[in-house]
Amino acid sequence: MTKKFPDYQGHFGEFGGKFVPETLMPALDELENEFRVASKDTKFINRLNNLLNTYVGRPTPLTFAENLSEKLGYKIYLKREDLCHTGAHKINAALAQALLVKRMGKKRVVAETGAGQHGVATATACALMGLQAVIYMGAKDFERQKINVARMRLLGAEVIKVNSGSMTLKDAINEAIRDWVTNVKNTHYLIGSVVGPHPYPEIIRNYQSIIGKEAKKQIMDVENRLPDVIIACVGGGSNAMGIFYPFLDDKQTQLIGIEAAGEGIDKQHAATLSVGTKGILHGAKSLVLQDNNGQIEEAHSISAGLDYPGVGPEHAWLQSLNQAEYFSVTNEIALEGVELLSKTEGIIPALETAHAVGYLPQLTKTLNSDSILILNVSGRGDKDMDIISEKLNFFHE
Amino acid sequence: MNNKIDKLFDKLKVDKSIALIPFVPINWPSKEDTVSIVETALNAGAHAIELGIPFSDPLADGTTNQNAYQEALKNGANINSLFQIVKKLRNNKIEKPIIAFSYYNPIYKFGTELFLKQAQESGLDGVIVVDLPPEESQKFSILAKKYNLHQIYLLAPTSDMNRIKLVAKQATGFIYCVSVSGTTGVREDFSDELINFISQVKKQTDLPIAIGFGVSKKKHIDFIANIADGAIVGSAFVENIRNSSSADRSFKISEFVKNLVEVNEN
Repeated sequence: MTKKFPDYQGHFGEFGGKFVPETLMPALDELENEFRVASKDTKFINRLNNLLNTYVGRPTPLTFAENLSEKLGYKIYLKREDLCHTGAHKINAALAQALLVKRMGKKRVVAETGAGQHGVATATACALMGLQAVIYMGAKDFERQKINVARMRLLGAEVIKVNSGSMTLKDAINEAIRDWVTNVKNTHYLIGSVVGPHPYPEIIRNYQSIIGKEAKKQIMDVENRLPDVIIACVGGGSNAMGIFYPFLDDKQTQLIGIEAAGEGIDKQHAATLSVGTKGILHGAKSLVLQDNNGQIEEAHSISAGLDYPGVGPEHAWLQSLNQAEYFSVTNEIALEGVELLSKTEGIIPALETAHAVGYLPQLTKTLNSDSILILNVSGRGDKDMDIISEKLNFFHE
Repeated sequence: MNNKIDKLFDKLKVDKSIALIPFVPINWPSKEDTVSIVETALNAGAHAIELGIPFSDPLADGTTNQNAYQEALKNGANINSLFQIVKKLRNNKIEKPIIAFSYYNPIYKFGTELFLKQAQESGLDGVIVVDLPPEESQKFSILAKKYNLHQIYLLAPTSDMNRIKLVAKQATGFIYCVSVSGTTGVREDFSDELINFISQVKKQTDLPIAIGFGVSKKKHIDFIANIADGAIVGSAFVENIRNSSSADRSFKISEFVKNLVEVNEN
């Protein structure tokens, strides 16, 4: 039932919608029309599938994590989005949107980026399609994800450092929207998560749900049954929505999203679903971190990709319906997660993914040796090596 | 019902003149300044005032207003401060229209109905919510009518005929036409495209039309006087205040407004 949402105005129950200045309303209509037509166009679908197979490297494997399973006492499978071209799931929706941009005849793309993964994916898709890419990145993120800045520039994108507000993802989105409002006639805003005004949450979910579709088929092939648990990290929530969506009607599968508790839920954090309140940010009604006057508060996480005071409206809705559960883990636990997956399975996860890994030991209480869990490895950790090295004292004499 | 905005535009029609509506965020440059800024501007000839409720993430605004909002927030600006300012202005016998400009989240968090009820009680005449298009406004517009407040909708050069019709159907008071695709902020010239856009809007509504975003100079006001019923001067007014000291602020505001109004009434 819940799979049929959003409604025609982009609402997921009381969440979602289109809360944007009038200047952008026609662009949202145009995008929605193009998306609906393209979804029925065999040529478009074939072109996208071909790129996903031969360029991105899909389907990504479902890896049985033998050592980790033995250690924790239940079966753990890893959906390997870290093996996608560019190193994270972001490329799935970036490529699809770039194809939509070509259809709309626009030549210029703006995007925001936090960890830089979506920026790299956008720069990559634009290089491939011959589009001009302008990427907005908070100054704080710019400093802590320098490798990705270099990658974007090498790919031909213009990277603009944003010095306003908290200098992180939220402010990069503000600047990207300002650019979009100004240049809307020739520019597409290529959003990286299931956030923003309708139709973005639906479009991104649609193109990311290939993760869940593949995982469902793969787990049926090896286990001949659906998993008991699916777990994914949540910032805006695109990798989680991508793997959750095809399982929404499967009541036997528990869906768990893990947010960033930063330095602790009572201190600085980014645990929007856990402690946020209803509000409107970046074009949609959802849960947000805000003060009593409705001013948005700064989020905090060691992981730039989760450092956001909002969350996709569909997650807020699924939580309100108890269709998915959301918990949060601290920076410290996330770092333990990085080490755990690296040392047991030889897979270095992104700091975002590491939040979900870090939560796994807590599930030993409820799961047993017959239980099956799929963890979405949303990205690989190369981009985070500076932070990880510093925190784990690798070069400390 | 009598709303000061309707009375203003009725009178200006007879006078064959247009409305000059300056914009300033509340509690800026300091908490105590707003009442005197408004009184000075209105006494110098401005026809109405638009008071901005600052927001942490003002994505429709350019740098000028964004910086002013951030400073205003540090000065404790919130919806209660707005109501106190409006009450004070009404106590001081200010009879011209006062319009609130906001993003939706502060109002939503305050409580939409409570906001509109107290807005009316404090003496506001209209509300502009920049990120609340007609599609999301059903409840808001019913409540605004209940409390005799005009909900001022925006239209942009990108709005097609269907959207113009949709807004024309729901709008009351006047329609706020954005001069360009873009954020607020000072600009040099308007395009001929604007003339075409305004004539499209006029075909769909008898409501007065005010033009805003980028309006800063006499020549803009002259231009607008030929095609619309009002001009909203935001960032230029804010910049003028930023470039003043507490000693010469009143003088500079008066000069700024008089300069624009004189041309306006030629």
